[in-house]
Amino acid sequence: MNEHLLDIRNLKTWYRTYQGYAQVVDGVNLSIDAGKKIGIVGESGCGKTTTMKSVLRVLDERKAYLPEGEILFRNQNILAMKESELQQIRRRSISMISQEPSAALNPVFTVGQQMFDVIAYSEQGGSGPHKKEITDMAIKAIRDVFIPDPERILQCYPHQLSGGMKQRICIAMALVTPRELLIADEPGTALDVTIQDQIHRLLRALVDEKKTALIMITHSLGVVRELVDQIYVMYAGNIVEVAMTPELFRNPLHPYTRGLMDCVPRLSGGGISAGIYGYVPDYVHPTPGCRFSPRCSFAKEICRVQKPLLLEVDEGHSVACFKYTDAFTEDEGQEGRIRAEA
Amino acid sequence: MQKLNQTVTDSKILSVKNLKVYFPVEGAKKSAHKYVKAVDGVDFFINEGEILGLVGESGSGKSTIAYTIIGMNRPREGSVLFRGQDILKDNNRRPMSFKKDVQIVFQDPGSSLNPFQDIRQILKLPLRVHHIVPKDRLDEAVEEALDRVELPRNFVYKTPTSIGGGEKQLVSIARALCSKPKFIILDEPTSSLDVSIQAKIINMLLKLHQEEKLTYLFITHDLSLMRNISTRVAIMYLGKICEVAPTKVFYTSPLHPYTQMLLSSIPVISDEEEELKPKKVVSVGEIPSPVDIPTGCSFHTRCNRKIDRCPREDPVMREVEPGHFVRCHLA
Repeated sequence: MNEHLLDIRNLKTWYRTYQGYAQVVDGVNLSIDAGKKIGIVGESGCGKTTTMKSVLRVLDERKAYLPEGEILFRNQNILAMKESELQQIRRRSISMISQEPSAALNPVFTVGQQMFDVIAYSEQGGSGPHKKEITDMAIKAIRDVFIPDPERILQCYPHQLSGGMKQRICIAMALVTPRELLIADEPGTALDVTIQDQIHRLLRALVDEKKTALIMITHSLGVVRELVDQIYVMYAGNIVEVAMTPELFRNPLHPYTRGLMDCVPRLSGGGISAGIYGYVPDYVHPTPGCRFSPRCSFAKEICRVQKPLLLEVDEGHSVACFKYTDAFTEDEGQEGRIRAEA
Repeated sequence: MQKLNQTVTDSKILSVKNLKVYFPVEGAKKSAHKYVKAVDGVDFFINEGEILGLVGESGSGKSTIAYTIIGMNRPREGSVLFRGQDILKDNNRRPMSFKKDVQIVFQDPGSSLNPFQDIRQILKLPLRVHHIVPKDRLDEAVEEALDRVELPRNFVYKTPTSIGGGEKQLVSIARALCSKPKFIILDEPTSSLDVSIQAKIINMLLKLHQEEKLTYLFITHDLSLMRNISTRVAIMYLGKICEVAPTKVFYTSPLHPYTQMLLSSIPVISDEEEELKPKKVVSVGEIPSPVDIPTGCSFHTRCNRKIDRCPREDPVMREVEPGHFVRCHLA
């Protein structure tokens, strides 16, 4: 019945703090089919990285607590897996690229050594490739990310490479053996805009060529617009809006999505909006209602006491907001957009 | 937001002439004369009331220029004139009036505010040093400084560690404004912040620009942001300025291949913006190390319109139309 590659259902990930549990991910539903590209957009601290870390179960076990939810990968619940089964997933099915390439690579081993380890680990259990094969695979992977002279690069230590090169190596490592899903956590954020552009084009070409599904985590609406098919907008641990990329930019519905779009400075000019009123809420004592309601200019009584569900309002376009339900018929408030001639 | 170029007059508040800042390479032999040429012959000026955007990739030398103007680096060559006065002549003894008139806001408010002081102490120092108010009015003036950036007055008791990133940056701005400066250098003030917070800070800066009649040198790597706030934009690459133009001209008819590459790399969120990006320019390569700057035009290793002349001869800055300067053989 369920044909999704990855299906996250009502995931809750909390962190233990001295004040109590910080409810960082609060009931996230998300699914991706094989070979598709989706993006998760949200500001820092909204729980996008925590969600993806839960998928690979690479959270700090002492601090993280997952009270509810399931993560189905090919119909198997990752959260219920034994460590050995989980290893199989990490080994063959899902890989992840982190935001900071210099932190992802070990400074005391050469690129080659680290790459060989990844290949050996991924291929373990089968016949096991020979050293020659491993080297060939590594060289091919480095060539795939357009780095000249792969033989020399294999001998290099990470500090001898630039930031862009390091991120290319991380991508090469993530895709050196066939994967079904690649999770990219802000791969271009730490890089310059021209390098970021190159990394994104490379990533898109590689996942298309290898038919790998891609989950792109980013805070930049521009990046997801260029890279992915479907966008999930996340705010304070909730998915607030889901739509196909062109639809989301044509017709953003959630007040937060609209506010976020207004805040992005435009290349075409037109001034800067006033920003979104207020700050990100407290996760330890969250409001029982919509978590965006304290900052929302449309908020009514119902928003403060009841949590809106993610409902489909148009085909393939869902939004978690009472504004689009019967409970909220009148349209009040005003658009926060204050733009002027420049 | 008011019209930005209202207050623009012709008077230059700051002009930088042939500025060179070299740093010796650590570990290299002194006789080898190896230097990081962070800033390598830069000329520009800022008119009173202007917002000049200085844009470039990391390692292009934009922050080094800021630090040299403010006096944190010693230049190798060149001059910096502030209101006609050469401030580099005697680097150790800069006039107090210069220190009062020129302030800086750093990129990372987390490390530019002392975590062991409270906001009151942080804001008091410039007021005391520059004798802005009599001693008995200091506390009042601190509160006024907070009012100016619309922070609540009870912030005086907080420490930088207990407030958010956006608020910290507002405190930095308040601190810069304490000495009643004429000219503020903003070194990527919003690049570590989220867009919704960035919008607030930028609006605050624009409001203060109008109210206090300030001049800004705005350093950033975000060209979309620059489009919306600056009066003129200068692009830097490997310690040299490639192109300077009034904002509108800069975005509608960029001439330098590097500017075109930068503009075409920006991820945008509407078709309208997509139209503005130069077509057929694909970003390639990376910024080379400033120790071994390529010969001739330093951009030739990444340029898609390279001709034979480029690797041999460094182009000079030319004014192609009034106010629009380009450093390229082809322009």
